[in-house]
Parts: sequence; structure tokens; C-alpha cells
Amino acid sequence: MEKTKNNRAWFLVLPVVISVSFSAIIPLMTVVNYSVQDIFGPGQRVWVGKEWYVDAVRDADLHAALLRNLLFSFEALLIEIPLGVFLALRMPAKGKWASLALVLIALPLLIPWNVVGTIWQIFGRADIGLGGYFLNSTLGIPYNYTLNARDAWYTILVMDIWHWTPLVALLAYAGLRAIPDAYYWAARIDAASNWAIFRFIQLPKLRGVLLIAVLLRFMDSFMIYTEPFVVTGGGPGNATTFLSIFLSKLAVGQFDLGPAAAFSLIYFLLIQVFSYIFFTTIRNIGRGDTA
Amino acid sequence: MTDRRRWTNALIMVLYFILLMLPIYWMLNMSFKTNEEILGTFSLWPRNPTLANYRTIFTDPAWYSGYINSITYTSMNTVMSVAIALPAAYAFSRYNFLGDNHLFFWLLTNRMAPAAVFLLPFFQLYQNIGLYDTHLAVALAHLLFNVPLSVWILEGFMSGVPKEIDETAAIDGYSFPRFFFRIFIPLIRSGIGVTAFFAFMFSWVELLLARTLTSVNAKPIAATMTRTVSASGMDWGLLAAAGVLTIIPGALVIYFVRNYIAKGFALGRV
Repeated sequence: MEKTKNNRAWFLVLPVVISVSFSAIIPLMTVVNYSVQDIFGPGQRVWVGKEWYVDAVRDADLHAALLRNLLFSFEALLIEIPLGVFLALRMPAKGKWASLALVLIALPLLIPWNVVGTIWQIFGRADIGLGGYFLNSTLGIPYNYTLNARDAWYTILVMDIWHWTPLVALLAYAGLRAIPDAYYWAARIDAASNWAIFRFIQLPKLRGVLLIAVLLRFMDSFMIYTEPFVVTGGGPGNATTFLSIFLSKLAVGQFDLGPAAAFSLIYFLLIQVFSYIFFTTIRNIGRGDTA
Repeated sequence: MTDRRRWTNALIMVLYFILLMLPIYWMLNMSFKTNEEILGTFSLWPRNPTLANYRTIFTDPAWYSGYINSITYTSMNTVMSVAIALPAAYAFSRYNFLGDNHLFFWLLTNRMAPAAVFLLPFFQLYQNIGLYDTHLAVALAHLLFNVPLSVWILEGFMSGVPKEIDETAAIDGYSFPRFFFRIFIPLIRSGIGVTAFFAFMFSWVELLLARTLTSVNAKPIAATMTRTVSASGMDWGLLAAAGVLTIIPGALVIYFVRNYIAKGFALGRV
């Protein structure tokens, strides 16, 4: 749509700017403030300058948590995106079955995050959980997410896939519904195979929504906190200590506010850089389509 | 589509939904059992179904007030998010103005702040302005991620309304507010529904901020659930029943907007 240039439009966005700034900028400045001081308690603090930032470059635990989180995000995206598209292609397009499928598939998205954690905490237990019991007693595979690091990792990964694949599926489903029927008629006339339809019609049309899906899933999996905290608490050892868990242990557990603040600012910046790249890519692709 | 392909698709979906529902079913199953049964025998369905866990929740104010609190701040937040986002989304969909793209990106970045570390500053901020432990505090804090999202979705719906409508209304002598409320808002009704759904959903599932900003009077149900560990160990049945009850509001809301969900996910501006 052709837009008019009008700087008075700022008055319309003013309520948004004020309400968001209030909860965004003041806490952010407090974090900046923490990040250059060593804090012992209320009123007891020492200016340390860039010390915590220098620490961030050297801190091996921080780097381990960062790498662990990147690996986790990578694995989650690698499974959730194709699986979501796969499901969206198979969901009924209209009618009452489509409504039912939409309601069912969206269900995990509306469960509070700590309840998601609770569901899987119960489900995976070897004594009282269906999943854990099935693996241990029926299949005879030793599985215990509180003791075994690998089991804990897979439990969190499966939980994340269970929780968030529906988001990808719904996005892809919305994208598919936006493809005009004429494209499919043309494909039928050409006797195109299902694979050809997917490769040359559906996939290109899904590019936009898939980029959003990747962006949202990357951001959220990179900040994952509540669910693994409930299930494993970051353990066993440090096996599932993702970046957010590491930082909150530092800030709340050990009350090392300064380093935690400095690390999280770097972390925030990192997410923003990634997202900015995604965001510009998405916008440029959008422009290419309309031109 | 051939019949065979249709059946394969149906089969795949059914299999997926079974896997999706299993963990939820398991929690539902446990919620109807006593703790003795949960820990004593392993059974796929409750042998002696009991409503005792649910009775505890509905009769103990410490439990049911959690639900009332959660629903209160979530509803407040939903109304506020949509009301604040409407004019802004209109501005983004109709006008170019100084710094509009930068502003839009800045709004989105607020979704990306790692909440875990911003908790203490949030706590101090709301403590200082005297809103700590009120529903308003949580509703305001959740605006941080819900307003940007609402602007994003609403803008998509508004861009679908041709600009000629605005111009015709102006020629017909409608003032801007009258045009906006009488003509424009009814046109994007379904968009408002979808936006409200998303705002409700994200406010309902968030726990970290809600828990940090409250202690007694506005404590969310999800935070009450973390206190089921008693001297005699974990009260699994009660935990499961509380979990089941947190799913119900979400399920109801989805049911009402089921026909718009797909549209809402096509998130506008891209």
C-alpha cells in the first residue's frame, strides 16, 4: 500500500512508546548500572568499570553455557521447522476436521510454561511417569533424566519439540492457505508430482512465514528458562544449564549481580544482532515479492 | 487428492495427536488419583477415581484465588494491549514517519530481553512506584512483550483494508475519531479477536515476571503450583489437578477463535 508521509503519526504511536519504554528502558538502565559495579548489598557497591566485561571474555562456564545453548537452539530448529512444515502439509484444509486439528495442535501453546515443565517432569519419571516407565520397564532401556546427562538433554529437547512444533505448523499452515488455488490447477495440468508441487509452489510461498518461524524459535529457544528449570533445574551437573539458567544462578543464587548484568547485556546484544539480520532479510524478501 | 493419500494424511495426523496428547493425558490421569495410588501402583487409568484433588483446589482460597488472580491480570493486560496497539498499528499501516522502521524494530527487540536477569530491576521498579503485588503491576509488565506483538498482528489486518475507505469517509465529513470507531474498527473485528487471543495467550503462559512482581494478593496460579512440596513429600495428585485446570482457560479461548487462528498466524508486516 502507498503510504503518506506524516510525522504527526507519532502522536498515534505515543501510547505504545510510553507503555513499552516504562517496562523496557528503566530496567535496562538498571542492568547497565549493575554491570559496571560490584554489589555487596543495599548501599554497598564499588565502581569496577569494564572489569565484568573483561571477565565475560574469559569466563569458561559462560562460554560453555553459550555453546550448549547454541547447540540446543540448533537441534531444536533442525527438527521443529521441517516437522512443522510436514504436519502443516498434512492438516485438513477446511471443514470441521480442520477446526478440530487447529484446536488440538494449538493446545500446547496455551499451557503455562512451568506447567509444561511439570507435565514432562511427571511424564519422564521412571516410577510414576508413563514415558519413563515405558522406556525402563517395557523396553528395558535405562532412562533417568535426573542422573544421566544425555537423558536430561533429550528430555528437554523432546519437550521443546512437543511444545513449539505446533507454532511452526500453524505458521506454515497459515502460509499454505494463502496460496491461490490457480497455482494447484496449473500444476495439475502440468501433471506435476507432489514433490514438484512442494518444491516449486509451496516452499517458495512459505519462505516468508518460515523466516518468521525461524526468528521466533531462535529467539525463544535461545532464552529458554522456565521449562528446563522445572524439569532438571539445569542439571545433572551442568548438562542442561542454558544461558538464562546460568545467568539467573549467578544473579539470584550467588548474588553476583555485576557479572550477571554484564553477561546478560552481551547476551541481549547477541540476540539483537542475529535478529536484526533475520529481520532485514525478511523485509527485503517481502519487497522482492511485491515488486 | 487421491483417496490413498488422504488416508495416509489422516493417519499421520492421528498418530501425531496421540503423541501430543499422551503427556497431557498422563497428567489428567494422575489428577484423579490419590497420592497412594500414584506412588503405589502403576496404572494407565485411575482404578479408584477421586475428585479429592479438585475439591482441595476449589475449597482452599490459597488455591482458587491463584486462578482468579491469573485471569484478572491476563484480562487487564489483554484489554490494555489491544487499546494501546490500535492507534499505533493504524499509524504504521497508513503513514510513513520519521524513524518508523527503527521504532518498529525497537519494539520487537523487547521480546528478546532475557527475562531471567531483568527480574531484579523489575522488582525494584515496581516496588518503588508502589505497585508491587497488584494485578496492575503484572498487567503493565506484560505490556512489554504483548504491545509489540499486538501492533504487529493488527497492522497486518489493517493493511488489508483499502485506503480508499479512509478517504471516502473523510470526504463524507466523518471526523477521524468517528471514522475510526464507527467504520474502521468494525472492519477489522476479526483482527482484534485474533490479537486479543495472542495477548491473552502470552500473558497466561508467562510465569517469571508474574511471580517476581507478586507475593500474596496477586499471586498467579502457576506460582502457587510451585509450592506443592510439603513435609510428606511431593503432592503429585494435587500438582496434576492444578496443572489440568491451567489448561482449561486456554482451551476455551482457542475454541472461540478457532476459525481465525490460521489468519492470525500469517502475522502482517512481512
